Amino acid sequence: MYEGAVQNLIDELGRLPGVGPKSAQRIAFHLLAAETADVKRLTHALTEVKERVRFCDICGNVSEEEECRICRDARRDGAVICVVEESKDVVAIERTREYRGRYHVLGGAISPIEGVGPDDLRIKELMARLSDGQVTELILATDPNLEGEATATYLARLVKPMGLKVTRLASGLPVGGDLEYADEVTLGRAFEGRRSLED
Amino acid sequence: MYVSHLQLADYRSYPEVYLELGPGISTFVGANGTGKTNLVEAIGYVATLDSHRVSTDAPLVRKGAERAVVRAAVVRGDRTAMIDLEITPGKANRARLNRAPATRPREILGILRAVLFAPEDLALVKGDPGERRRFLDELLVARAPRLAGVRSDYDRVLKQRNALLKSASASLAKRRDVDLSTLDVWDEHLATAGADLIAARLSLVSELQPLVAKSYAELTSAGGPPVLQYRCSAVPDDATPVPSEHPQLVDTLRAALRDSRDQELQRGVGLVGPHRDDLRLHLDDLPAKGYASQGEAWSYALSLRLAGFELLRADGDDPVLILDDVFAELDAERRRRLAEHVRYAEQVLVSAAVPDDIPDELRGARFVVREGGVTRE
Repeated sequence: MYEGAVQNLIDELGRLPGVGPKSAQRIAFHLLAAETADVKRLTHALTEVKERVRFCDICGNVSEEEECRICRDARRDGAVICVVEESKDVVAIERTREYRGRYHVLGGAISPIEGVGPDDLRIKELMARLSDGQVTELILATDPNLEGEATATYLARLVKPMGLKVTRLASGLPVGGDLEYADEVTLGRAFEGRRSLED
Repeated sequence: MYVSHLQLADYRSYPEVYLELGPGISTFVGANGTGKTNLVEAIGYVATLDSHRVSTDAPLVRKGAERAVVRAAVVRGDRTAMIDLEITPGKANRARLNRAPATRPREILGILRAVLFAPEDLALVKGDPGERRRFLDELLVARAPRLAGVRSDYDRVLKQRNALLKSASASLAKRRDVDLSTLDVWDEHLATAGADLIAARLSLVSELQPLVAKSYAELTSAGGPPVLQYRCSAVPDDATPVPSEHPQLVDTLRAALRDSRDQELQRGVGLVGPHRDDLRLHLDDLPAKGYASQGEAWSYALSLRLAGFELLRADGDDPVLILDDVFAELDAERRRRLAEHVRYAEQVLVSAAVPDDIPDELRGARFVVREGGVTRE
């Protein structure tokens, strides 16, 4: 145990995801040794992120204004909505530069063990967005694990009566990878989702 | 295949032990409590990542030590695989294959195949359904490591669904409204994953049936024939046959989940699925549990293990056969017949407290086990 302020800092850092007690201690001593100006910049960034960043009223993505950059962009296709679990998934899909529609960030996936049900996710907001009839396709891009699949199944059933096109991202082999290194579940999925080369 | 080297560090009673083994028969002889079973248990652990004696890893680590290390060399044809396992209780095991880290310990499953028979196996006949499900699932994974994934997928669905049932049942008890639409989603996942597992178990049982009957007839002339019957918790009465095709199984599970929903919500736990199934063992048409004599029960349990051995052997490679303290439980006639049955396996490891219990047919390399050490005689 260290004296007051140092221990407080270690405790706070230790609460961050992916930071264990050893790393927390290392970061704390790094900060102690750093220039005051550097530390000021960090504290400024921390306060600013809490003061300025909020979640988009429409899609739930992180934003500095009421609506995020993508929701404000008139060039984006309003007929397609891609549903993801987290804001970082939006960034991942944006990097592809393939997708020109809009997003909806759920804020997680259904997981009864962690006490997360549909009411804890931004599903009501999604249903409201779908109700005006503008959207024709819903892309379900939740994670390809059990909880993500369960969330996708749940959403697919929920929107089925609305009669829009519902698609799920394909799962299978990674591009540029070797077949022999794929695990059996991935390879099995890739077999299920194989497609004909003739058309 | 056979185990050519076994090295243990801080495993059970052993601070350090190193053994060189050969193909054929090896016997471990020593007084009770000197650590014979610990040696064969360690080999079993390399094969299944599970001990046949305890369900947690803590007892495997020597008192006062932080972790146990098991290192085994497995010879298969003209190739040798080195397996390193580090067992740390409360943490994930670490595994290395040929000195390179395996990403998941699961990847070493199937490299060493072993069939272990021990006094605890009497529970296969006399114990709870869980013992028999474990027998089936271990054999499934040994034959097709892919099924370890199927099992863990199913367990995960089960856990999520049970968590939901538990909270829903608590809300219902307080007369609060519960949204059951997500339960439909979990039902669907349980039906698909459960059908995968049941289909695999069913085809295994039908392959085992003739082999169990054959082994049983070779071991004893009393009673029989043994009949195996897989009972599905999703099929309520014995008269209805269990469908064997995957799509029909999914439908059967779906229907059973629908029918038992009220009961499941009331009790807050899943009542339908392969985790509630049983492998019923009959002798002639009487249930072995309750009707079989001690000798018949032993022969039955042994026949199940030997049938597993034959199945693995038919897949290509002779698994290592481990007979842990078995001969003390059998009469002279059964000992002789068992010895006759197993002597041609590529590697047989036998442990016994009394050397005279081991039949003459199984005289091989003999290791004497004393407090904390093993010497070859």
